[in-house]
Amino acid sequence: MNTAVIQTDAIRRAVAAIAGRVTRPWTLMEVCGGQTHAILRHGLDRLLAPVGIELLHGPGCPVCVTPAADIDRAIALARTPGVVLCSFGDMLRVPGSGEDLSIARARGGRVQAVYSPLDAVRLAQQHPRDEVVFFAVGFETTAPATALAVQQARALGLDNFSLLVSHVRVPPAVEVLLSAPERRIEGLLAAGHVCTIMGLQEYAPLVARFGVPIVATGFDPLDILEGVARTIAQLETGRAQLENAYGRAVSEEGQTAARQIVEAVFEPATRPWRGLPAIPDGALVLRPAWHAFDAQRRFSLGPIAEPAVPECLAGAVLTGRMQPTQCPAFGRRCTPERPLGAPMVSGEGACAAYFRYRAPEGNG
Amino acid sequence: MSRESSPSGLLCPMPILDATEIRMAHGGGGRMSQDLLERVILPRLGGCASDLHDAALLPERAGRWAVATDAFVVRPLFFPGGDIGSLAVHGTVNDLLMAGAQPVALTLSLILEEGVPIAVLEHVLDSAAEASRRCAVRVVAGDTKVVGRGEADGMYLAMTGLGLVAAGQDLHPRRVCAGDRILVSGDLGRHGLAILNARENLGFETDFVSDSAPLLEPVQRLLDAVDPSALRVLRDVTRGGLAGVLHELAQSAGLAFDIREAAVPVEAPVRSACALLGLDPLQLACEGRFVAIVAPEAEQAALAALRATSLGRAAVCVGQVVTGQGVWLDNPLGLRRAMEWGSGELLPRIC
Repeated sequence: MNTAVIQTDAIRRAVAAIAGRVTRPWTLMEVCGGQTHAILRHGLDRLLAPVGIELLHGPGCPVCVTPAADIDRAIALARTPGVVLCSFGDMLRVPGSGEDLSIARARGGRVQAVYSPLDAVRLAQQHPRDEVVFFAVGFETTAPATALAVQQARALGLDNFSLLVSHVRVPPAVEVLLSAPERRIEGLLAAGHVCTIMGLQEYAPLVARFGVPIVATGFDPLDILEGVARTIAQLETGRAQLENAYGRAVSEEGQTAARQIVEAVFEPATRPWRGLPAIPDGALVLRPAWHAFDAQRRFSLGPIAEPAVPECLAGAVLTGRMQPTQCPAFGRRCTPERPLGAPMVSGEGACAAYFRYRAPEGNG
Repeated sequence: MSRESSPSGLLCPMPILDATEIRMAHGGGGRMSQDLLERVILPRLGGCASDLHDAALLPERAGRWAVATDAFVVRPLFFPGGDIGSLAVHGTVNDLLMAGAQPVALTLSLILEEGVPIAVLEHVLDSAAEASRRCAVRVVAGDTKVVGRGEADGMYLAMTGLGLVAAGQDLHPRRVCAGDRILVSGDLGRHGLAILNARENLGFETDFVSDSAPLLEPVQRLLDAVDPSALRVLRDVTRGGLAGVLHELAQSAGLAFDIREAAVPVEAPVRSACALLGLDPLQLACEGRFVAIVAPEAEQAALAALRATSLGRAAVCVGQVVTGQGVWLDNPLGLRRAMEWGSGELLPRIC
């Protein structure tokens, strides 16, 4: 309880310090589901709004941006005789075009929640007669573990382990967001977790090209406010630089070993994200040397198209053109139980975070 | 209901009675069933084969009866702080206590998976017996069935409890009023985390120990200390965690609950592990905690009564009942948000 009080005082002081620097309204975006979640949970957006700072919530939730077609593929695999589909727990309730994996499991598909891709490798070892497929989702933060798993599977000589890869890369998405002609983003908080692995280099060209401050930021409330403070300090003094406000975890070059293992196994590819059009080099796919472990090649899945959801305005939310509550479907035809689109599907999606934490008008 | 079949009706000459693991025939109603009952089950639960009848007879008692029934499907069967046997007794007894009832009798149905070592069953029964002794209640009826290997996680237990409601008690959510205080009997989330850690081998250095316990003492103290008119409702915090309990109660009461986030008792290691796994401690199960809603004038007496017991030492008031609907968390910054009500499946996030 004492720590909560101490933190509360620190949050108040941090907001007051930011308020002291602000001379005009500014619009910032974060692209990390953990940050979005923390902002809504602690109400940082409501503390910063009176100061004149609007926070937009970009496509920071990897579960949310996993294409529905990939989830449909995972479900098709779970239904394939002899296949056990392994996935992180929070993918189980993310709907594809129809079902989600937990419904597919209830209807006879074989789906196993795991905490790490290495658990899936172990499962393949223990059950040599099953085909174990790991549904690999996530940003650069989870890609190293996937890469490690497939390397381990090869070292163990496992021929019953494969990957359904749906990894995505953050910087190309940031580039798309910053290139938008109607862009409102004046400063960007880069996701601390991703930067911990990948370092900061990829952002330098974006700062130079778009003249937008980019600040690597952690995801505790105070970390987020520190990121906001540094971004505002740049904006108020007319600077646009790459800055690290999360020095205790992020270094310039990132974690070299993790980066190298990702580069050894994966290569960038252009694929759509859920709710967004195809992002150039915005995804990771297995390099040819690892195609033997590609579940899509191993099990000839027919063509599965990304479903169109015309009512969902996820694109506008994810690119910062609209706040979740401004969407006509929000909380009515679109809820976490029956999501229409990407940002509502997982707890860390912007729409779901608003739905969970925001009191209805007059009740807050 | 036996699933055992004897191909071509041949009798097996094997000495089947010294089986060391559960076989289909243990649920078949024949000699092996009888042997299991006489050698393993009855001696532990304090029954006597010659007394067996299709139904147990209970002593004649005047009063209002409460009945609670629960199924137990925990995996793993043994976890730090308890096992499926003690859990069944605690869970059923606690449900009775929440109705203001003193437990009088329990029944126990065992659904055993073929191949489970009999030593495991013995361990579970010993533990259930010990727990029921602590609760001063006996298992008076039961049943055993066996299902094929792979058709159950070792064993499932179903337990029913009968209890007599203390005179004058009428604990029910409809009695909750605006202004009432919401008390929690202790820290939250340890059972859920202990199970998750034991099941998934999460590798936390802290050994999370379940809070599984019978709530007899704190409930008794509370009933003694607080006038029945001021004691509105009790609810044990089990599946769904505090969030589930509060949402259900608020809905049944037709009122809103205002909870002070900083007052909700969650121990630091539980909080950290939850932050790491992306879980909400308020949604984690407990098996030895309860919520009491009391009239405002009874708050201090209720807290003092709870805090005088070993299980209630950390009891606190976490908030109060107000008009409106929903369950709201007020954070220390003075900002309010809805308390999340999970869907019922804990799904750790990926990053």
